Amino acid sequence: MADESKAPQSPESSQPATPGATPASPAAAALPSPAAKPAAAPPPPVQVPLENELTRRYRERFGRAILDAIEDRKQAILIVDIAQFLEIARYSRDTEKFDLLEDYTAVDWPRREKRFDLVAQLYSFPNNVRLRLKTAIGADQTADSLTSVWPVANWLEREIFDLFGIAFQGHPGLKRILLPDEWQGHPLRKDYDILQQDTAWVRENLGIESGQ
Amino acid sequence: MADTVRDNDLHPTDTLLGADELVLNMGPQHPSTHGVLRVKLKLDGERVIGSECVIGYLHRGVEKIAESRSYQQFAPYVDRMDYVAAVSNGLGYCEAVEKLLMAEAPPRAQVIRTILAELQRIASHLLWLGTHALDIGALTPLFYCMREREEILKIFEKYCGARLTTHAFRIGGLQYDAYDTLEKDVERFCKDFERRIQEYSDLLTGNSIWIGRTRGIGLLNAEDCIALGASGPILRASGVKWDLRKAMPYAAYSQYNFEIPVGTRGDTYDRYLVRLEEMRQSRLICLQAIENIPAGPIMARVGKVLKPPPGEVYHSIEAPKGILGYYILSDGGTQPYRVRIRPPSFINLQALDKMVRGHLVGDVVAIIGTLDIVLGEVDR
Repeated sequence: MADESKAPQSPESSQPATPGATPASPAAAALPSPAAKPAAAPPPPVQVPLENELTRRYRERFGRAILDAIEDRKQAILIVDIAQFLEIARYSRDTEKFDLLEDYTAVDWPRREKRFDLVAQLYSFPNNVRLRLKTAIGADQTADSLTSVWPVANWLEREIFDLFGIAFQGHPGLKRILLPDEWQGHPLRKDYDILQQDTAWVRENLGIESGQ
Repeated sequence: MADTVRDNDLHPTDTLLGADELVLNMGPQHPSTHGVLRVKLKLDGERVIGSECVIGYLHRGVEKIAESRSYQQFAPYVDRMDYVAAVSNGLGYCEAVEKLLMAEAPPRAQVIRTILAELQRIASHLLWLGTHALDIGALTPLFYCMREREEILKIFEKYCGARLTTHAFRIGGLQYDAYDTLEKDVERFCKDFERRIQEYSDLLTGNSIWIGRTRGIGLLNAEDCIALGASGPILRASGVKWDLRKAMPYAAYSQYNFEIPVGTRGDTYDRYLVRLEEMRQSRLICLQAIENIPAGPIMARVGKVLKPPPGEVYHSIEAPKGILGYYILSDGGTQPYRVRIRPPSFINLQALDKMVRGHLVGDVVAIIGTLDIVLGEVDR
């Protein structure tokens, strides 16, 4: 439902619907209208297209690889093509001065064709601005490792590999980091139940029937 | 070649051990690893030539739990990450969800949050100082630090009933208003604390053993800090004058004057000086804040059932240990679609390998201490 490609459109489509609905409800209850007013006013769209100098430079440089630029709650998000993710990352660091990879994680959208989103939070010390890079990646795809751009990505990518099962090409030592090396399954995937565990591993290594 | 041993786990690039080399396991049951951290050290004699951290012993799947709890239900869980600075964790989480809801806590709540968060920073730094000094062999500071930390925990207890996992804040503001004598208690603590910091400083700053054990140990320059994502006092000790409280002010920090202490060399001694000065600055923030706590409501109108509009938000704060970030995605339901926590300890710990290379085994203890990690947060 909250698919990335749909999200920017949904506020647009809801906008014409709400003015049509609002006259009906205050008319039915005229007395509490001051209280009802803030609720009845059409909510401002939370995600809007983003058009500024920064996105213009990215679009100029990478053209069609910049799939979308949106602003969500005043935070800038660039949705980019996985094929050029590494180049865009390097450009972000070298030219746009995003020298800190503050965080790097993934999100699982199991019903989507490209199942995962990789999400990188960038911060620029010289400019004091943030930018979020997002890219969709299929379950059978591997991403280019960002460790050559930001060494901090090393453990962050290992964590993504561990908990989501996304592999990174060019990573210096890709293996699990939080779970045991032999563990089966990737817990942060949506199809991994909250009570699920690698029962065989637990039985073999802890000598108990269940870790629950 | 008969005396070489393969250790595939250590470093893929240098798995062969020479005749003088050995691999030493430190932890997970080792008092100076501050919890359940296991470090595999590759040694040449007593000199460290490589290391690998083995973590995850405290992994509880906090991010997974978040996906099956409501926004309010998840709040107490974040206290259990960095359990020596629970107030800071809660502050970051509550502010992130407020951003997601596009709500803001009232001014009174903001100021009380700031006071408690700064007290928590002092408490966290005190625990760090006491245990760090103990690791290096100075026993006395531990007792002094615990004594003052106790005063802060008493204030927390009076405020919300809990000392460690406080769950002090709520999404939208506070559940409890400041108790009658909060300002007095904080003032009394702060007045007394100036002298106390001087005591710690007298014990350590000019102490030749302390200087010998910390000067030039665990060097990390500004460039490496940024490349490795190390934040908080570690970054500042390397000379980067940067603090999220100034760069992107949150809570009520923009109202107060304080300095960002920086180091010059980026060694363990500088990190000690930076944290000591940070405690002084936190004390000044507390004193400014209690002078004028605005009257008014303590809770914004966010509703009992939280259903943030679909979308996402990333919010980070300057926790005692560094940048603590929350990336929260909402699909419009009552439970978060995804909560990602950017833990400062986890990312700072990654710098350990760079810092220990070339040092002696005894210095590894000092370097783990100076990173100020909490394993509950590393493993989540």
